Amino acid sequence: MVTDLLYNPGPNTIHGISRLRGGGKIESQREPVRSRRAREMEVLRLPLSASQKGRLISAGYTSIASLSSISPSQLALELKISETEVLEILKTASDGSRLESTGSSRTIVHGAQSAWDMLQEEETLVRITTSCADLDYILGGGISCKEVTEIGGVPGIGKTQLGIQLAVNVQIPSDYGGLGGKAVYIDTEGSFMVERALQIAEACSDDMVEYSCLYRKGSQACEVKRQPKDFLENIFYFRVCSYTEQIALINYLEKFITEHKDVKVVIIDSVTFHFRQDFDDMALRTRLLSGMALKLMKLARNFGVAVVLLNQVTTKYSDGSFHLALALGDSWSHASTNRIILHWNGNERYAYIDKSPSLRSASAPYSVTAKGIRNSASNNKRIKHT
Amino acid sequence: MANKLISEMGLPKSIGNIFAARNIITTKDALSLTEFELMELLDVGLAEVMCAVALISEIASPPYQTVQSLLEQRMQNEYLRGHLPTHLKGLDAALSGGIPFGALTELVGPAGIGKTQFCLKISLLATLPSCYGGLDGHVIYIDVESKFSSRRLIEIGLNSFPEIFCLEGMAKEMAGRITVLRPGSLTEFTESLQKIKVSILQHQVKLLIIDSMAALVSGEYEQGPPRQHPLGWHISLIKSLAEFSRIPVVMTNQVRSRSASEITQYSFQVESRTGAIEDTANFDSHLVAALGIHWAHAVTIRLVLESRSGQRFIKVAKSPMSPPLAFPFEVTSSGILLLNDDGVEMAGPQINAIDHQGHSDIICHRDER
Repeated sequence: MVTDLLYNPGPNTIHGISRLRGGGKIESQREPVRSRRAREMEVLRLPLSASQKGRLISAGYTSIASLSSISPSQLALELKISETEVLEILKTASDGSRLESTGSSRTIVHGAQSAWDMLQEEETLVRITTSCADLDYILGGGISCKEVTEIGGVPGIGKTQLGIQLAVNVQIPSDYGGLGGKAVYIDTEGSFMVERALQIAEACSDDMVEYSCLYRKGSQACEVKRQPKDFLENIFYFRVCSYTEQIALINYLEKFITEHKDVKVVIIDSVTFHFRQDFDDMALRTRLLSGMALKLMKLARNFGVAVVLLNQVTTKYSDGSFHLALALGDSWSHASTNRIILHWNGNERYAYIDKSPSLRSASAPYSVTAKGIRNSASNNKRIKHT
Repeated sequence: MANKLISEMGLPKSIGNIFAARNIITTKDALSLTEFELMELLDVGLAEVMCAVALISEIASPPYQTVQSLLEQRMQNEYLRGHLPTHLKGLDAALSGGIPFGALTELVGPAGIGKTQFCLKISLLATLPSCYGGLDGHVIYIDVESKFSSRRLIEIGLNSFPEIFCLEGMAKEMAGRITVLRPGSLTEFTESLQKIKVSILQHQVKLLIIDSMAALVSGEYEQGPPRQHPLGWHISLIKSLAEFSRIPVVMTNQVRSRSASEITQYSFQVESRTGAIEDTANFDSHLVAALGIHWAHAVTIRLVLESRSGQRFIKVAKSPMSPPLAFPFEVTSSGILLLNDDGVEMAGPQINAIDHQGHSDIICHRDER
């Protein structure tokens, strides 16, 4: 819990509130014991090393306020450490408690955002089309950037297909209503097929030609066709062979995306594979997974990329019977903002929105064709493949 | 790269020494801890830990390739564009050339349907000289069920490629390239996998066959609530073997009858639809693959062999390339033959069903000689 609080780069509300209440050295004796205790622990919450915390506490500096009015040299003497180290401690302490005094907008706490601002931002939020109109419709236009979307389903339902499709679609230029971005494809299973990516890219470039012929008669029809090769050039493919590499790569992505600003989607196919084997210590697994989930959310938020996690299914016992459920357990199900389950319904493939804070739960049919993900075959008969 | 040493990563000396002193030696050790656990353990500040973790992560991350360069590499360096043709026209077309290199291909079907026949045929194909459309290489055949028959192998060879096998010494040459291993248990199998890893590089091994994967675990694998998968890390070992040596790996899987509690639905489906339950009732007569859903996720291509109303079919049940097609086939003296190269497209989850009707009546071993 404590680590979670600290991990978030957002506002550290506890410190803010204690200052607001006029905290400082004078502590009201009538305060309930619990809240006083909480303030005494403040130093423990600071991102300092264990020995530094130990020195602070044994010297009697337990609350942040107690550090605010002491001179560095005095503190250095008391703690028996160098002055530079003390300066760093004080800097950390003041970062932790600082109020955003003259903030540009109405925000009370540094790093926070008002709900109204968020709404404005959400309305300009871009989405990546899935190439299936029905699916786009229930998703409110496609897979949204800035969010983590998890997609799961039984083997052979089309998870990898959807992944490749998104990696291609993210590159549709803005003239065509796309994002004109690039894609990072993290393959943990080795199921990525280059030939298939080529097929989907070819179909996408054909569709773009068709679109420009239909909607901009004459004027720009002679514009150069985007080659399938260009699509493939903009997909960065990483092959990950162990869970350690997976964690390392996700840590490194922040730097990678800073260097490659155009990346607009990160696809992990599948997030599950390495975490479903070779784990005796389930507590460790949960810890690593939740750490990874936090990093992915941060990545999505800070860089405005869509993070798409493909997940496998497993069987789960609940309410006296077995059901299919997405793998990695209950705590993992909090990791993604949106969760989509792909399933068979009779003879058709359906996508079902299992979890989303903003979309209503709905399902839509889709199909996997030679060209990629498209509307369901009942609307759009597929030509028999020979 | 999980075992890369932290001491060789060029961390600042001071912090590098602390890692070593706390016995955090490899990348795996370091990244299995959160930043805060590391702070506690190493007794250093957050900034240093973040810096160190970022550096370790960057070095341990695998390099990237654009898909275009990957494609060019495959096209240029690989014979037959990275596929082993099965010489079954329809199937090869559906799989865009045959069984892909570097991926797992699985055959599922009831006993006696022709899985081993298929394996024998493709192991011959891999040994053939390249002028006959083969890979001109060695084959490792892991025969768990003791079903490999050299006599049958030669028979298939004589009937399918008489021009090669009638030549003096060629049969010996071709059959000599197939190495058969017979592990008795999962542990023995693991040992032989480790040995194979080395010999694939040394010899010209172009195909690995495991017949069957299910037999290896059936003794240790009981039904019931899901637990840790006994095949857990073997899956990634075989996958990495396939990928890094860029060879096709073909495995067979047995079937078992579906138990009453078998599930094909999510909880939200049961609640919302009563009609769907009837659908599953129809499937209840079917068999299911012996290795469960976890295994099914791991294979790249799944071919289902089944018999329906007296006719055998081979179905492309899972493939990133092919639509769900079913081809009727028969087993002849020259191995598996497709009766029809066009294939019938199947709708819905039917493609995964394994039918087993009237199978015993249709064993037709047409002798053409």
